[in-house]
Amino acid sequence: MSLNTDIQKIRKSFPILKQEMNDRPLVYLDNAATTHKPRVVIDAISEYYNNYNSNVHRGVHTLSQKATEAFENSREKVRETINAASAHEIIFTSGATEAINMIAFSYGEKYIGEGDEIIISGLEHHSNIVPWQLVAERKNAHIKVLPVNEKGELILEKLDTLITKKTRIIAVNHISNTLGTINPVKEIIKKAHNHDIPVLVDGAQGIPHLDVDVQDLDVDFYCFSGHKVYGPTGVGVAYGKEKWLSDIPPYKGGGEMINRVTFEKTTYNDLPYKFEAGTPNIAGVIGLHKALEFVESTGKEKIRQIERELLDYATSQLKQIEGLKIYGEATNKTSVISFLINDIHPYDAGTIFDKLGIAIRTGHHCTQPLMDHFKIPGTVRASFAPYNTKKEIDILVEAIKKVKTMFG
Amino acid sequence: MSIQAKQEEIIEEFSMFDDWMDKYNYLIEMGNSLEPLDEQYKTEKYLISGCQSQVWLYAWMEDGKLMIRGDSDAVITKGIVSLLLRVYSGEPPAEVYEDDHSFIDQIGLQEHLSPTRSNGLMSMLKQIKLYALAFKTKQEQKDKNE
Ligand SMILES: Cc1ncc(COP(=O)(O)O)c(C=O)c1O
Repeated sequence: MSLNTDIQKIRKSFPILKQEMNDRPLVYLDNAATTHKPRVVIDAISEYYNNYNSNVHRGVHTLSQKATEAFENSREKVRETINAASAHEIIFTSGATEAINMIAFSYGEKYIGEGDEIIISGLEHHSNIVPWQLVAERKNAHIKVLPVNEKGELILEKLDTLITKKTRIIAVNHISNTLGTINPVKEIIKKAHNHDIPVLVDGAQGIPHLDVDVQDLDVDFYCFSGHKVYGPTGVGVAYGKEKWLSDIPPYKGGGEMINRVTFEKTTYNDLPYKFEAGTPNIAGVIGLHKALEFVESTGKEKIRQIERELLDYATSQLKQIEGLKIYGEATNKTSVISFLINDIHPYDAGTIFDKLGIAIRTGHHCTQPLMDHFKIPGTVRASFAPYNTKKEIDILVEAIKKVKTMFG
Repeated sequence: MSIQAKQEEIIEEFSMFDDWMDKYNYLIEMGNSLEPLDEQYKTEKYLISGCQSQVWLYAWMEDGKLMIRGDSDAVITKGIVSLLLRVYSGEPPAEVYEDDHSFIDQIGLQEHLSPTRSNGLMSMLKQIKLYALAFKTKQEQKDKNE
């Protein structure tokens, strides 16, 4: 089948893509911020509310059992998708941000103390910076940063000199949301484990594009959001190896996470419930299940193949535009292109793109330290999903030319 | 020219454009010809928060009039700054404070007023009103003491 036939087939599953924006067909190139939802996900959510809305894990009544079953089936689906050893290593959260905060807090409580060191990278999203800064502040610990080269790749060799006896954890993203760089997390984990240091991988951008096998990676913690992998907003996952999750204290207290409460002492529930206080986002969790099934039936290999073709096409087209500079030229990258046109401010460009019906992200993409590294205020970022077309890239190219003349 | 008259003049100018492109080209033109703000005022102190681009606004009083200068690192934003300065700079602070900036709607830039737009037109207006209020209050106090 041709590329376009594949794309059109996938595209049909996404009801939102039919609409117009500012009187033009919507061109949605902001998939790294959030992907659209296929009909199966939308339907699963409405089916839950229409037919078996009920709280989970609490009632003996049939409706509650049905909801609980769907909820736990989703946990099993997540386990299977990332090949975790067991389903109770999957903690549902509200998103990648909460997942990282949870691990940073709970791990930090137990293992990070005064003078200790946390290593993050120069490519991180604020969600994988600020939670560690909070821990560091609370514990009087320090943050060290693995630097980035001019192509936007991590300088892996520097890790050896950053690791010391005081290093307690390394936190790095799988794929940079701003540049698309795929980071060598397996090597990082190997190096870290040589020193008995655990690694948290922020997989917010990893899950939509890569086959993630947490056992093969031997990663200690892996966090991601549902909404970037065709699932609903407000749901995410913190995977942790059982040995860590049973060892570190809970992050929030409430219902569902306890075994027995008296006013003197509370004993905690088993995994995963120890980390899931309060009524969870049941509809979101159920929607996530369908999203992961959607990815599976579409095929990650197929998704990658389409995205690779779109990226190559876009890169070659954009490179022909005089005065356009691409930021992030890693050898190993996903379907994200960050760029600037001459010295046109990304905000100016974004305003015109919007008027032309192109949804594209402008700004610092929650990676201000990375922008500082390149000494720029931000970029324009196009990020592709397998429902994007070459024609949409042509529309983008035309729009860039228009922006160039308007601000020229 | 009064605030009202200046607004009417701007509405008249914008009514000649029949598509958004002309309108934005005009904003860009105005942005490009905005007199740059002296570097000494491009500091944290004069920076307006809530904007995707950086905007600085500096104000002072001269002969009972509120004088405003501003700048931005983005051209469209600069164009909007230029519009606001044209309307409000050189006017009595009490009048600036009381104006309801209805012209923004009438020239079709109301989308920039929405709080979800982060170009900060709202924040700029708020800052101008704050300057106006501060200088107005100062002047009233001075008048009372005399
Ligand atoms: C690399 C990365 N990490 C973390 C996040 C935070 O995800 P969320 O806002 O869904 O919690 C994002 C989202 O933009 C991201 O791209």
